[in-house]
Amino acid sequence: MTAQSIATAAYIVAALLFILSLAGLSKHETARSGVAYGIAGMTIALVATIVLAVEDAETVGVVLLVGAIAIGAGIGIWRAREVEMTGMPELIALLHSFVGMAAVLVGWNGYLEHPVYPLESLERIHSAEVFVGVFIGAVTFTGSIVAYLKLSARITSSPLVLPGKNYLNIGALVLFFVLTVVFVASPNIWLLILVTALALALGWHLVASIGGGDMPVVVSMLNSYSGWAAAAAGFLLSNNLLIVTGALVGSSGAYLSYIMCQAMNRSFLSVIAGGFGIEAPAGEATDYGEHREVDAEGVAELLKDASSVVITPGYGMAVAQAQYPVADLTRRLRERGVDVRFGIHPVAGRLPGHMNVLLAEAKVPYDIVLEMDEVNDDLADTDVVLVIGANDTVNPAAAEDPTSPIAGMPVLRVWEAANVVVFKRSMAAGYAGVQNPLFFRENSQMLFGDAKDRVEDILRAL
Amino acid sequence: MVAESRAGETRVAGTPATVARLLKLGYEVSVESGAGARSAFADEAFAEAGAAVVTGDEAWSADVVLKVTPPTTAEIDRLNDQATLVSLIAPATSPELLEALSARPLTVLAMDAVPRISRAQSMDVLSSMANIAGYRAVVEAAHEFGRFFTGQVTAAGKVPPAKVLVAGAGVAGLAAIGAASSLGAIVRATDPRPEVADQVKSIGGEYLAVDVEVEKSTDGYAKATSEEYDRRAAEIYSEQAADVDIVVTTALIPGRQAPRLLTEADVASMKPGSVIVDMAAAQGGNVAGSVAGEKVVTENGVTILGYTDLAGRLPTQASQLYGQNLVNLLTLLTPGKDGQLVLDHSDVVQRGVTVVHDGDVLWPPPPVQVSAAPAPTAEMPAVQEKPEPRPGLTQRGKYLLIAAGIAALFLVNAYAPPPLPEHFFVLTLSVVIGYYVIGKVHHALHTPLMSVTNAISGIIVVGALLQIGVGDGADNAWAIRLLAFVAVLLASINIFGGFAVTRRMLGMFSKDTVAKG
Repeated sequence: MTAQSIATAAYIVAALLFILSLAGLSKHETARSGVAYGIAGMTIALVATIVLAVEDAETVGVVLLVGAIAIGAGIGIWRAREVEMTGMPELIALLHSFVGMAAVLVGWNGYLEHPVYPLESLERIHSAEVFVGVFIGAVTFTGSIVAYLKLSARITSSPLVLPGKNYLNIGALVLFFVLTVVFVASPNIWLLILVTALALALGWHLVASIGGGDMPVVVSMLNSYSGWAAAAAGFLLSNNLLIVTGALVGSSGAYLSYIMCQAMNRSFLSVIAGGFGIEAPAGEATDYGEHREVDAEGVAELLKDASSVVITPGYGMAVAQAQYPVADLTRRLRERGVDVRFGIHPVAGRLPGHMNVLLAEAKVPYDIVLEMDEVNDDLADTDVVLVIGANDTVNPAAAEDPTSPIAGMPVLRVWEAANVVVFKRSMAAGYAGVQNPLFFRENSQMLFGDAKDRVEDILRAL
Repeated sequence: MVAESRAGETRVAGTPATVARLLKLGYEVSVESGAGARSAFADEAFAEAGAAVVTGDEAWSADVVLKVTPPTTAEIDRLNDQATLVSLIAPATSPELLEALSARPLTVLAMDAVPRISRAQSMDVLSSMANIAGYRAVVEAAHEFGRFFTGQVTAAGKVPPAKVLVAGAGVAGLAAIGAASSLGAIVRATDPRPEVADQVKSIGGEYLAVDVEVEKSTDGYAKATSEEYDRRAAEIYSEQAADVDIVVTTALIPGRQAPRLLTEADVASMKPGSVIVDMAAAQGGNVAGSVAGEKVVTENGVTILGYTDLAGRLPTQASQLYGQNLVNLLTLLTPGKDGQLVLDHSDVVQRGVTVVHDGDVLWPPPPVQVSAAPAPTAEMPAVQEKPEPRPGLTQRGKYLLIAAGIAALFLVNAYAPPPLPEHFFVLTLSVVIGYYVIGKVHHALHTPLMSVTNAISGIIVVGALLQIGVGDGADNAWAIRLLAFVAVLLASINIFGGFAVTRRMLGMFSKDTVAKG
């Protein structure tokens, strides 16, 4: 029994534990044990690898290894403790970028190490693997960095529009293909530098040209890329654990992107190729009539008399940090015997499941937080719907106006409820740049101002 | 707020609660002594709420007079010039009254002319009164009916539940269905508007569809129906009449004679002891033989109730709702909350209720388009059309793509040197496993899913760990170590950070501990 064979056995166990970990996340009840499986798998994999690495390493290598893990663990745990739940999307984007960068570095090392292969064809395959690994890693890296900057509002979240941007992307892919062929024929460090630079630029441009509201798709897409980057590294190092894990992560991200795209009735390519804002500036001229305003006391009155209330939060709730007062409101209403539920649109927020995490943070029980499809049919029997910081996800135009740019997008049919109260800063259009006829419906009323302040006002009035 | 003069009228235009609301709007409120007596609201209660209890003449000389029933000629004379009268008027069927009112410089707001739009629902007296009447109709029927409504199995034997037919599922009909089904009866309902079927079901009734094409109602009221429809409906009524124990008819068409639903033959076919409540008796009746305001017993022992004051038979409730409707209307008319009544005729609701303004008859108002049913207007011809699904691949294209994919995999594996095919094998299987595992993840856990996958994609650390231990003899040993060091560091942040944040998040998800209901 060699160290190598023990490591291989450990890798199999680790891979199984990772699968169990993801399977555990399918339900709230098993989610925590799922994470435990994941941690166990990671520990086994790490220990096996470290044993394998230390066995024939120089002392300096061991010191570096321990130092790097210790520093990384310290930073990681510190960030995880500190992060605000509203800042989850930023953190996740940043973590993606680390995987991307690590993949680039591993790829470079793969080139520098120059293992000697018995066959020329293997040598070539090795070169190609280095190239692919570095490329995916670098795209993930800059893409995630840009996503991080956009999500944390360090740069504007509006899409960057370069002339012929789709040609730029396609051109970069073609160039990558050509460079790969050249590199395989004659490996050369300058080519590697060139492809790294190319991929970095592509990743930056790809995400920069996507607007803030499409970030759920972008973040899951980058999640997927980071998985493929790990899988590519697995090919490079002939390590099955890396391939399995990378594929798991890659398909998870791809699946999430697919769900997000479905929720917006758009194809993946159209999200990548550009935001809504560019497609459809038209359609604003329609006059929908007058909207009605209401004050916090009025809403409190409505809620007092209601027997069922549905709250549909959106990104605005996260921005205003309104989840705590909203949770308070929920608790107060439930104590009065009001049936309060939440309706979450799949793309609400900036991350898949973002709203669920925010509400969980504020201690809203998860079994009253429902998915769009679960709540949509009940909306017609609901007395009051509170729309807090959501816009496009409750736009009746998507269901009723086939000429609307968001036509066909599945939305929460809040307008079927007896009363709708929309919390909003102003009458401005949502991310899609489409006016929302909901605001002008006879059963809807607008409550202007900061969502957090307004909800607190309602709490006082109750 | 004046007392009602009409015989048998038990309601009053306000309650102590609505007086308080009116005071908030800036009005001074005076109530005629004894106005609320028959609705169980004592003068003292009004005084306590802040109203002045006054004599009839003082009450009639107010600037705004609130009332329930249409005024008599004598009462009109008691009003001051420039006064505003708010009451039920029935402008469509009583032109003489309008004429009498417009003879004086008065403003008259008809509570029964509130347009049927959702915004005005809070002022819609017809709805609130119909609701009460529907409930009361069932109570009256139960009073006359000699049996239980609900089925029971008792020691003395089994009692079948009563069968109730409600004709017309408007507000009154729905209230009747609700009341009857909560008494335990089997309730069936008919209505020419198929879109109400769900509402009927939702409160416990069974909807009997008349399977003939009907146009959708665009103004929220039932319309007169086609001949073929009537024939089929008549058949249904005949079939049902022989079967059910209780019939409540609510069919009214605004401004027209009530449609005849049950013929003499139908009534004759009913079982002795059955009860019919004809809520449309005042408009000519839905049932042959019904007499407005009276109880009639037919030869075969069927009781037909033609009461027209059903809402008034629940005076406290009716006054409460009516008063509330008035307050809601006055809230709209008093934007300044300063006791100044302001009419804005550009508003459809205010225009609709104003039947006489300064001596001019303003009835009928311009028609209001109502959103009760989505109107098939010309600007939106394609409302029903679902947007085309994205043009995806054709079936053939899909097969071709799958075939090409399999061929490519086959070629790669056939020609690639040893370790590569194995890797592809592992990759493909893992992707499939990943797809199925992820597909089951609960939507609420998508964020934790991402952070876990984030953490485990830090597995790339394995690669870097193997590289960091590179021997001194290798070329570029230090460069490799440095790069690997950075990679290990970054990946470790991911692993530890990812797992830690996931645990933190999952710790926050808590199940509902408050007992439900």
